[in-house]
Amino acid sequence: MLAFTLRRAVQAIGVMFAVGIIAFSMFRFAGDPVNQIVSIDTSAAERAIVRKSLGLDDPVPVQFARYFADAAQFKFGVSYQFRQPVSALLMERMPATLELAICATVFAMVFGILMGVYSALKRDTVLAKLFQAVSLIGISLPTFLIGILLIYLFAVTLGWLPSFGRGEVVKLGWWTTGLLTLSGLKALIMPSITLGLFQMTLIMRLVRAEMLEVLRTDYIRFARARGLTTRAIHFGHALKNTLIPVITVAGLQFGSVIAFSIITETVFQWPGMGLLFVQAVQNVDIPIMAAYLLMVSLIFVTINLVVDILYTVVDPRLRSTVGRAA
Amino acid sequence: MIEPVLSVRNLQVEFASRRGTLRAIDDVSFDIAKGEVLGVVGESGAGKSVTGLSVIGLIDPPGRIAGGEIRLAGLRIDNLPAEEMRRIRGKRIGMIFQDPLTSLNPLYKVGDQIVETIRTHLNLSERAARRRAIDLLAEVGIPAPEKRIDGYPHEFSGGMRQRVVIALAICAEPELIIADEPTTALDVSVQAQIIALIKRLGRDHGTAVMLVTHDMGVIAETSDRVAVMYAGRIAEIGPVQDVVRNPLHPYAKGLMGAIPTLAGEDKRLVQIPGSMPRLSAIPPGCSFNPRCAFAFDRCRVDRPEPLPRGAQSVACHLYDNVPAESAA
Repeated sequence: MLAFTLRRAVQAIGVMFAVGIIAFSMFRFAGDPVNQIVSIDTSAAERAIVRKSLGLDDPVPVQFARYFADAAQFKFGVSYQFRQPVSALLMERMPATLELAICATVFAMVFGILMGVYSALKRDTVLAKLFQAVSLIGISLPTFLIGILLIYLFAVTLGWLPSFGRGEVVKLGWWTTGLLTLSGLKALIMPSITLGLFQMTLIMRLVRAEMLEVLRTDYIRFARARGLTTRAIHFGHALKNTLIPVITVAGLQFGSVIAFSIITETVFQWPGMGLLFVQAVQNVDIPIMAAYLLMVSLIFVTINLVVDILYTVVDPRLRSTVGRAA
Repeated sequence: MIEPVLSVRNLQVEFASRRGTLRAIDDVSFDIAKGEVLGVVGESGAGKSVTGLSVIGLIDPPGRIAGGEIRLAGLRIDNLPAEEMRRIRGKRIGMIFQDPLTSLNPLYKVGDQIVETIRTHLNLSERAARRRAIDLLAEVGIPAPEKRIDGYPHEFSGGMRQRVVIALAICAEPELIIADEPTTALDVSVQAQIIALIKRLGRDHGTAVMLVTHDMGVIAETSDRVAVMYAGRIAEIGPVQDVVRNPLHPYAKGLMGAIPTLAGEDKRLVQIPGSMPRLSAIPPGCSFNPRCAFAFDRCRVDRPEPLPRGAQSVACHLYDNVPAESAA
């Protein structure tokens, strides 16, 4: 178990190293960074001083080593447009993105599992068929369209929910939360649905298919032959077996939820990392783009690692094979 | 006469399909007494498993019991409401399936699965149920049961898992055990142990056993009586020695002739020509007539009804109009 975790952790570091190379090379391919810092009429001598002070005259491997060492301590340099440290900017924006991503995932998991289980157990009811139809829409409609439709309906026509922003936020240390105010909660509803809808339909279809599969297995038939209650069979035996692949997918999807929140954040002008990234792209603010790339891949890699470990906790079969392999 | 534990009368099971209704079980009747082992033998698709499943009420739609009745110690159980039938399953009727590797839920410890079943049917505390589970595991021959009870199914070998499955089937002291091909998926060396175990449990607890298998050897070793099934009907039923030594029905004769002997006679095994008809194409008259060497005109028109012949009962026109003495 420990050896397995360590091996996966080493692999994760390898992936982060590779992403670091890509992030670093962005600086080199997007033109001379000095030109983006100084004004047009700066003299060549002054440029050289800036170049030296930033360490840009060192050999490329040395620069990369320095960049990587800094990045490992969450120092990503200074933003060209804001003239502030990138890490401070990201930290400031991160709570908004994480709160949105968590709400969207919780929404997707709760409704996805409920609807999936329902449509597997009551396959022939009208409601189950309706869920199937809705899930098709959810899976095929692009996020921005759903967001805009929701805004049109609930913000413009009905006026129930705000169309943009986070509402009022409360500061808890460095973390800001919108969960404690009414306007913050109201502001969360539409972006969460927009961001989580695709995941919800994905989870629903997955749960339905897995559950139907599990209900056909011999151990469910044997559980029925043992006279267990329908409740115990469906929610004790079948659901637990169903949730194993669902955990993997939902966990891995959490990474994409954060990454794809760029679109939702843009539609709802949500002050998170995604919006920061979009602005950075528009202004060729390389330090922010590189840092965002590193952050998102760090989240992805961490989630992968956690899912792998969780998997062994839930499934005893994996535990022993892993133990044997190690 | 003492009431049999299981009494099946004129059972009919049908499956609705797109091309009409298929009759998987047609007019099957048999009894199993307390402590008796009834072997049910036949080719794949003869309706052995479906008979077992209909007794325990687990025929999945589109299948349904279309006629006849099933009584458990006098109580009619084929038309019970689902919830009452569920209470009987596992408590009064235990079932053992073919594949022990897939019969247990891989995510739960075997002990938890046994305790869950015990507590569903018996009013016992968690601790008492656990103690009973350990006793059960010991009874079915699992070494160090107090340690193994916390193992997961994948930590057991195939034979050990089948023992766990048997422990699960008997955990509420059922009156009847239906064993559906309990040894087919096991190694030959393990088969004998499992058969001996089922036999011993039946004897010790006075449990009636319905043993479904296509292995005549297993039947000869375990059963008191045997029912030979063909195309959804019982061709012949009787005490196991009589049916094995002196089979009456041409199909039963063919089956017995197909058992290899160790005596080493240099004889080819007898084959029954052809194969069993599909449910959608059962011929009129006797369903065995196209493969039967003794078939005559009546066999192609008239369906034979079971005729008593000594302790045996055979559904074959060859024995009609013949005095019982000269036929045997």
